[in-house]
Amino acid sequence: MNMADLSSEFLGIRSPNPFWLASAPPTDKAYNVNRAFEAGWGGAVWKTLGEDPPIVNVSGPRYGAIHSNERRVIGFNNIELITDRPLKVNLDEIRTIKKDWPDRALLVSVMLPMNEAVWKKYVPMIEDTGADGIELNFGCPHGMSERGMGAAVGQVPDYIRMATEWCRKFAKKPVIVKLTPNVTNVLPPAKAAWEGGADAVSLINTINSIMRVNYETLTMYPTTDGMGSHGGYCGPAVKPIALHMVAEIARNRETAMIPISGIGGITDWRDAVDFLALGASNVQVCTAAMVYGFRIIDDLTAGLSDFLDRKNMRSVSELVGKAVQSVTDWQYLNLNYVEKAVINQDLCIQCGRCHIVCEDASHQAITSTVNGERHFEVIDAECVGCNLCVSVCPVDNCITMEQMTNGVDPRTGRAVSSKKADWTTHPNNPMRKGS
Amino acid sequence: MPAGKSNRPDIRARRLPDNEIEDNFGDMHPPLSRSEALIEADRCYFCYDAPCTTACPTGIDIPGFIQKIRSDNIKGSARTILQENIMGGMCARVCPTEVLCEEACVRNAHEEKPVRIGLLQRYATDPVYKEDIRLFHRGPESGKKVAVVGAGPAGLSCAHRLSVLGHSVVVFDRNSKPGGLNEYGIAAYKTVHDFAQREAQWILDIGGIELRNDSVLGEDVTLASLIDDFDAVFLGIGLGDVNRLGIDNEDIEGVIDAVDYIAKLRQARDKGSLPVARRIVVIGGGMTAIDIAVQSKRLGAEIVDIVYRRGPGQMGASGYEQGFAQTSGVTIRHWARPVRILGEKFVTGVEFERTMLDDNGKLIGTGEKSTIEADVVFRAVGQLLGSDLPESAAASLKMHNGKLSVSGDRKTSIDGVWAGGDCVAGGDDLTVTAVQDGKVAAHSIDRYLRGE
Repeated sequence: MNMADLSSEFLGIRSPNPFWLASAPPTDKAYNVNRAFEAGWGGAVWKTLGEDPPIVNVSGPRYGAIHSNERRVIGFNNIELITDRPLKVNLDEIRTIKKDWPDRALLVSVMLPMNEAVWKKYVPMIEDTGADGIELNFGCPHGMSERGMGAAVGQVPDYIRMATEWCRKFAKKPVIVKLTPNVTNVLPPAKAAWEGGADAVSLINTINSIMRVNYETLTMYPTTDGMGSHGGYCGPAVKPIALHMVAEIARNRETAMIPISGIGGITDWRDAVDFLALGASNVQVCTAAMVYGFRIIDDLTAGLSDFLDRKNMRSVSELVGKAVQSVTDWQYLNLNYVEKAVINQDLCIQCGRCHIVCEDASHQAITSTVNGERHFEVIDAECVGCNLCVSVCPVDNCITMEQMTNGVDPRTGRAVSSKKADWTTHPNNPMRKGS
Repeated sequence: MPAGKSNRPDIRARRLPDNEIEDNFGDMHPPLSRSEALIEADRCYFCYDAPCTTACPTGIDIPGFIQKIRSDNIKGSARTILQENIMGGMCARVCPTEVLCEEACVRNAHEEKPVRIGLLQRYATDPVYKEDIRLFHRGPESGKKVAVVGAGPAGLSCAHRLSVLGHSVVVFDRNSKPGGLNEYGIAAYKTVHDFAQREAQWILDIGGIELRNDSVLGEDVTLASLIDDFDAVFLGIGLGDVNRLGIDNEDIEGVIDAVDYIAKLRQARDKGSLPVARRIVVIGGGMTAIDIAVQSKRLGAEIVDIVYRRGPGQMGASGYEQGFAQTSGVTIRHWARPVRILGEKFVTGVEFERTMLDDNGKLIGTGEKSTIEADVVFRAVGQLLGSDLPESAAASLKMHNGKLSVSGDRKTSIDGVWAGGDCVAGGDDLTVTAVQDGKVAAHSIDRYLRGE
């Protein structure tokens, strides 16, 4: 029996596993962080510190959720601000925790105004606690951004570079820049952070969002005294957005060298594999801990360890970036490659979902009856291999996509070619490279 | 075990404390809470051309109504149900879903556990009656008058749809309350409180329907006069007579028609006041047999045996219902037929003969006899169209297997007369089928009245 080594080293910061708690309510106080470390979390990024006097939070709802009918939290948002406790209280607790848990990674998130003197004052105070590093919160999309901090900095690469330089100037320990997803392209902010001297980036922070309307009052929901404000969206629903941004940084030549701490909707070990394989060196978790408690770390660590064993990988680092090379631009996809959906009739439960979506929304390539009997079967001559039926089928693995390796595609009438050909050379492409 | 002292049958009221009886006759399947309903609704795959809808005799768009439960659109959900089945509330309680929609549910293939469609249907429809929500409105007056005989599921369904289509309806019923078997025939724990009445009232409240209670066909009103006085007639008269066992000594005291006792039970305000025997034998294999057996047990009968002449697979009651009787403490004995009621003045037992199928698949007696002691014997061997239909009318109506013969449109052999429900041949004696008959007939009558 082999057991993969989950221990992690990120920017020289060691932790027993690659799972850190993200800077958020679960890392607001010594009490919570202590409980997290008892549960087995590898590290924590302390809830964002700011200047005294501390900010104040609303005394109404801070959170909203999108639920499944079974009340599983699919998406989550918040309007909580940075820490609302005095700086000294936080610094004292950070010092104690680091002393009590020397083997865990303990970083501190900070958010400071665009003024070098302020950074000069606070960065050494924070490092004096013994914390392993600093994470710059340039991502918080609500409240703080109205005061010229958080996402207001993170959306302007020049500001990111400037603030990072100030922090770097006064910090001895690693500096991570946390990026906001509320930008059209994540590469310029990542590049600016690197140029400013950041040792790594972490992403994503939360996404601007309004959860819904209250159907009785016809106000937004939730509200504080009848009024609401947009909050930061997170949870399982945002993971695909985060994965895209992580992969973009990991595969782009100008940013590929930047170490990444992956954040965004990680709930179970497979989510962690997604981030690691797409280029993150470790991951941070918040929403899942807020929704289920710290005990989810058991599945995260055991699941990842078993997965690494199954893949004959001895350490997490062997997994990092494994899938990055499979991410490319659309124009390089092989247009000669042909797949057809195949329905396993033994597994089919006859719900007909594949038929109706193909009929209404795709290419009319699935039967509903054959010889007068209810029967769902792919019509190869119509199937474009779009994966819609696979996506809607309620039975795992009942519909699979199978590659055509030879013969003639009955849809196009063209012989299946093993030769790769993409859009860059396609005759329909007016910008094609000369052949 | 020797018979009781002085050979008097042991029949008495209040075998159980009142609170126990009250519990025993509570809702068989309590309604789903909102949380339960949402979780259950989430299990529906929203199938295309859904097998459950195909299996529903009234063709309710089941995935459609469940989808509306998911989105908290309960009124819309109820409308989806009731527009196909105006007795969707009662059917949610009494339909043998295990052999209809829920048997067809694709979840059976996936995890051997269907979506609980019946309970979801109840969840969607309960507020309609509770809050008296109007979902349907009377259509523009056509000036035509239709007579409906029988205020049971078939008759009320027909009357309601006719009203929606703009026709005026007079409903004649022999009983003092509408509902037919919903009111007088269904086991009490399947439809508690006065639900059958509330539902009937909600249906009648659409307007354009006049209900004449205590009107017996052949006595207070004749088919001939209805044909003369109305533009069309619908017969939803049910089955008025019960089959006899046809064995020796059948007429002594203590041999009772199950349907009569079930009706008494449904109408009793104080169920504990009904006399119940200690030892009961029920002869039959259908739903009536199950209902009388289980209800007797719940009133405090000690020993209840259902005896059926064939095997479990041939019983009219579904496997689910059989299991329900057995877990209620009823013993079901197969392959035995009654040959003689024992007792002189009162029933003391029944003599049975063992049965089997011969090489040709015909049921034969083996000659082997046995006796089951009993204080009461319930006859539950089917009902038939009897004195409800006066002979003069019966003579001119084409019959099939002792029931009225109807076309696909539920037309009888007399022009201008339609029929549906238990009284017509080819049905399965279910509430839901009767509702469908009434609905189909109403549309046929409408086409007829409009000269289409």
